[in-house]
Amino acid sequence: MIEIVSEQRCIRCDICERVCPAFVFDRDDEGLPVIARQDDCQTCYLCEIYCPTDALFVAERADGPTGITLAEVEARGLFGTYARALGWSRGRAGGTEADPTHRLRVAQV
Amino acid sequence: MAVRSASTGSDRLQADVLVIGGGPAGAWAAFSAAQAGAKVVLADKGYFGTSGATAPSNTGTWCVPPGEGRAHVVERRWQRTGGLAEPRWMTRCVDRAYESLLRLVEWGYPFPTDDTGQLYIANLRGPDYMRFMRRQVQKAGVVILDHHPVLELLSDGEAVTGAAGIVRATGADWTIDAGAVVLATGGVAFFERILGGTGLTGDGYLMAVEAGASLSGMEFTGKYSLAPMNSSLNKGLPFRWASFFGPDGRPLLDRDGHPLQNGIGAAEKDVARALIRGPVLARLDLADEALQDWLLKGQPNCFLPYQRAGIDPFRDLFEVTLKAEGTVRGSGGIRLATDDCGVGVPGLYAAGDAATRELMAGASSGGGAINASWAIASGWWSGHGAAQHARRRCAAAAFRHQSKPLGRAGLRPSAAARPVDQAAVVEAVRSEVIPLDRNYFRNGPHLDAALARLDGVWDEVSGHLVGEGRDRLRAREVAAVTASARWSVAAAAARGESRGMHRRTDRPETDPASARRLIVDGLDVVAVRPEAEAVIAGERAS
Repeated sequence: MIEIVSEQRCIRCDICERVCPAFVFDRDDEGLPVIARQDDCQTCYLCEIYCPTDALFVAERADGPTGITLAEVEARGLFGTYARALGWSRGRAGGTEADPTHRLRVAQV
Repeated sequence: MAVRSASTGSDRLQADVLVIGGGPAGAWAAFSAAQAGAKVVLADKGYFGTSGATAPSNTGTWCVPPGEGRAHVVERRWQRTGGLAEPRWMTRCVDRAYESLLRLVEWGYPFPTDDTGQLYIANLRGPDYMRFMRRQVQKAGVVILDHHPVLELLSDGEAVTGAAGIVRATGADWTIDAGAVVLATGGVAFFERILGGTGLTGDGYLMAVEAGASLSGMEFTGKYSLAPMNSSLNKGLPFRWASFFGPDGRPLLDRDGHPLQNGIGAAEKDVARALIRGPVLARLDLADEALQDWLLKGQPNCFLPYQRAGIDPFRDLFEVTLKAEGTVRGSGGIRLATDDCGVGVPGLYAAGDAATRELMAGASSGGGAINASWAIASGWWSGHGAAQHARRRCAAAAFRHQSKPLGRAGLRPSAAARPVDQAAVVEAVRSEVIPLDRNYFRNGPHLDAALARLDGVWDEVSGHLVGEGRDRLRAREVAAVTASARWSVAAAAARGESRGMHRRTDRPETDPASARRLIVDGLDVVAVRPEAEAVIAGERAS
C-alpha cells in the first residue's frame, strides 16, 4: 500500500488526491499530500504513474505496511520505476504502442 | 449539460441519464447516451480513470472480426460455458465490441502493431485505456462527478427517477433527478485486496434489488486467481509459466506423478488443494528469455511485488496464494430483461460487471477478454436504452416531486438503529465466501450452514446498521457485501451439482437437467428459482 510521500520531490499539485480511486490522501496546510486513510489503499500503483514528479511510493504488500523508509526507496532507486516500465513520464501516459502483451497471448495457448 | 440548481445550491442536479460508475462499462454507457442526444452525468465513487478492476490491469478483449469464422469462434467458446450462455448475446456482444474497438482506432488510441504490421486491437492497457476514455467522454459533453458515491436510487413508484449520494470529502448530500439510470458499479470483490477491488462492493446489486430487479448467476463466485502472497496482483497470466513447490522446496506433483505446472490450466485445482494443506511456493521457470522480456515489458505491474521485495521470480521460489474474485471474474450480477440491458424495472439499466455475465460466460469465468468486450457492448446498449427511455419519459419532468429514496440497509434500518460492529460483520461474511475449503470447493451441508449464518448477519445489518455523514458510504458497502454474499451462497446451495467454477465435493457430477440459470430475488427473504427457457429472448420491459 501507499507508504511514502517524498516532501522533496512533491510539487504540491493536487493530482494524487484527485486521482486516487480509494480517496486515501488529504492535504496539509502547505498542500503536501498526507496518507490519511492508508488501510483503504488498494495497492493499484496508479498514484505513482499519475504523479508528475515520481514523489510517491506504493510498497508491495496489500494487507499492511512494510515499514520501508524514504531513504531506502531513494537508495534503491524505486521512485518512478512503474511509470518508467510502462512508458509513462511526468504523469503523462505513454508506451502502449510498444506493449508486447500480444506476444504473450500467442505464447500462452 | 446537466444543470446545477441555482435555488438550492449545489446539492440537486438534473440529467437525462445518470451513469453510476466510471470503469469501462460506465465510460461506454456515458458516451453512448451522450451520442444519442442525452444530457449525461457520470458519478464515480472514486476517480473516473483509475476506478475499478480495469484501470490498474492490462486486459485482453474478446475481439472476433466479422466474417465466416465468427460463428465458429462463438460456438467453440459457448462449449465452455456449461450450457448457460446464450450464443445470440455472445454474437451481438462481439459485434458491438468490435465496432467500438474500431472507434478507438479512429479516435487515435495508441494500439501496438503486430508482426504483420496490423494494429493489434485485442488488448487494452488499463491505465492508458481508462485515461483515454475519460477524455473521450469529457469531449462528448458528459458531466463527470469524481468522488461522488451514490448511496441509493430514487423512484416515483413507476420508474427509477434518479439517485442520491454524498460528496466523499465532506459527507454532504447530493441528489440527481434523472430520466434513466445506468448501474455500472462493477461486481463484488467481498473486500478481498485484489487489484482495483476496493470499490467493488456490490453496490449496484443492492440498489437494483431494492428497486425490484433480480440477479442471475450469483452462485458463480468460485473464480480465484494466483498472486504473490500478500500482494494485490491477482493476475494469472505470468503463472502460465510457473512451476509449483511445497514449503520444503520439493516440486508438487499431480495425481500421475507429474510436476505441477501452468497455474492457469488444469493444475489450478491441485494448487488449490495444496494451499488448503499449507504454504505453496512458485517459480516462473518455464519462461525462456524472450518470454521473460515480454512479461516484464507487457505485464510490468505483475512484477512490482517481486522487484520491490527483492525477488527474482524466474529463479527464486516465492510464496503464492489464490485470491478470491467474487463476481469480478465470476459471472453473476443483475439479471437483464431486455436487449438494451434494461433490468425489468422502468428507467433502470445495468452494464459491465454490475450486470450478469452468465449470458456470455455461463458457469465459466469471463475474466479478462470476455468481460472487457462485455463492458464495451453492454455499456453501449445500456447508454442508448437509457437515453431512449429518458426521451420518452422526460417530457413532463414533474416526476421529481414524487421521487422517493429506495435505500434501506445501512441507511434506514428496519428496526432500532444501534451500533453494529462492522469489522465483525465483514469478518463473518468473508469467512463464508473467501476460504478455499468453503468457496473454491463447496459442499451442501456447509452451504446450508453458511446461509443460516449469513441470514443472521443480514438481520443484524438490515435491522440496525446506520451510517452518519461520510460513514454512510462504508455502511452501505458493508450492507451490499453482506447481501451479495448471502445471494451467492443461497444460489450455490440451490445448485445441487457441479458446473464450471461451482465445484461441489458432495455433488461432483454435472447434471444435464440442471442446465438452467438460477434467478435470485429478495432482501429479507431470499428466493432462488430456475429461469424458464427463452425468458431472456421473450421478455420486453416497458
